[in-house]
Amino acid sequence: MQVIYDWFLAFYERTGINLSFIYDNFDRARIIKGFWLTIELSVITIALSIVVGVIGAWLKGARSGWVRHSVDAFISIFRNTPPLVQIYFFYFGLGFMLPRVMDPISGTMAPMVTNFQWAVLSLSLFAGAFNIEIFRSGMEAVPRAMVEAADSLGYTRSQIYWHVVLPLAFRNCLPALGNNLVNLVKTTNLAYAIAVPEMMYAAKQIWSDSSNVREMMIFLLFAYVFLVAILVYGLNWLERALRIPGYGQMGGR
Amino acid sequence: MTQPDRGFVSLRDVHKTFGAHKVINGISLDVAKGETICIIGPSGSGKSTLIRCINALVPVDRGSIHLDGIEVNTPKLDKLALRRRVGIVFQQYNLFPHKTALENIMMAPITVLKQDRAEVEARARALLKKVRLAGKEGAYPGELSGGQQQRVAIARSLAMRPDVMLFDEVTAALDPETKKDVLTTIQDLARDGMTCLVVTHEMGFAREVSNRVYFTEGGLIVEHAPPAEFFSNPQDPRTREFLSQVL
Ligand SMILES: Nc1ncnc2c1ncn2[C@@H]1O[C@H](COP(=O)(O)OP(=O)(O)O)[C@@H](O)[C@H]1O
Ligand SMILES: [Mg+2]
Repeated sequence: MQVIYDWFLAFYERTGINLSFIYDNFDRARIIKGFWLTIELSVITIALSIVVGVIGAWLKGARSGWVRHSVDAFISIFRNTPPLVQIYFFYFGLGFMLPRVMDPISGTMAPMVTNFQWAVLSLSLFAGAFNIEIFRSGMEAVPRAMVEAADSLGYTRSQIYWHVVLPLAFRNCLPALGNNLVNLVKTTNLAYAIAVPEMMYAAKQIWSDSSNVREMMIFLLFAYVFLVAILVYGLNWLERALRIPGYGQMGGR
Repeated sequence: MTQPDRGFVSLRDVHKTFGAHKVINGISLDVAKGETICIIGPSGSGKSTLIRCINALVPVDRGSIHLDGIEVNTPKLDKLALRRRVGIVFQQYNLFPHKTALENIMMAPITVLKQDRAEVEARARALLKKVRLAGKEGAYPGELSGGQQQRVAIARSLAMRPDVMLFDEVTAALDPETKKDVLTTIQDLARDGMTCLVVTHEMGFAREVSNRVYFTEGGLIVEHAPPAEFFSNPQDPRTREFLSQVL
């Protein structure tokens, strides 16, 4: 390893291209931590946004008009405002309204919800609002007759949703869902704005200290290309795994 | 308990309108346990609606529907109790496309009736054999022909061990070859004593299998009689007109 670090240091001295996040121990630790934090943010928010989508899509079919309108209002707010404003709203708007609590480890007063948790919540709701609409359109492509068949067999409303509508809707909407999740991974870097030390934040700290903005920008670009490529690969795998033999077109034969 | 003056399945003066469109205008009929009746009539005469009223897929406006003493047309209806006793098979099969033939048959008993998986599976395999589809356990609906899918759909209903089976033009979408397999399956069921209400355009089937034939038009039963009588000596001019077109 040391050989590689030395090479990149020599490379810097020879060419002026400063990849400090490779050869410098401190910078390297920061960027690795940021990289993992971006992955952590992505994985958690993907999972939670799907939960929000599944539950929201179900509630949008509720009998109670009050419930349906609440879901619609939620969707409007989160679809029609910039995600950065949402994050700020949660962190500064809600965060400062909550009481501070005693942290049992450090013995100091700390915020009840950390900036990382606010970022997770905010991003999950942001992507979740889109997922609700995506699942909803996937559900609309499920033939009504399929629901009638399950209904006739004695399925309850929620059994129909879980066993029949959702599995088919999920397959129908996988391409649209994939787009939204890719978008979500790209949007996790907004956590930067509330000082969550994810990849972008770490890169900024490094370029402030090492004056290598250009190198860090190029690194960031490739790092996101890499992360999104992994996600797209996973989604394609899922699509193949869920393919139903003989069930070609969406929703019917 | 079935009341003495009413059949196992019994409709009294049933009415149904969709918006301003009167689809069923006072239908009464009685089917005894183990009987098979056929309902024929021009398209749009309300046959599908009638069939769907019986398992409460379509709520009726007025009248009474009894199934072995269960009143269907009441807000207090226990839908699950009704539906575990009535199977319905549709024209378009409506199998769950993401489940294999065997899983389609097993799903409802496991999900709805919470029955033991191993027991349900054994029964599902036996049912597939009964509809002559042994060997197709692992096939997805999309890999089966229309006739095969329809027989899986029949088996799926039978897995709930219903007392009554409703068939809504189940062979209308099939080619003549596969039609026969499906009709034979229903015929076997009728022979085994299942109570069957069959909406059909298959006059040969109505003649050979049913105990009685009902002719509907304009949301009314115009005439009903045992098949021999019905086909040889129809009384109403509308029945004669219809039969002259289809026979
Ligand atoms: N859900 C519905 N909403 C409105 N009209 C309906 C509905 N279902 C059936 N109809 C109408 O009721 C009439 C009878 O339909 P149906 O019972 O399907 O007749 P059949 O099965 O004899 O062809 C048709 O005119 C049809 O358009
Ligand atoms: Mg019909």
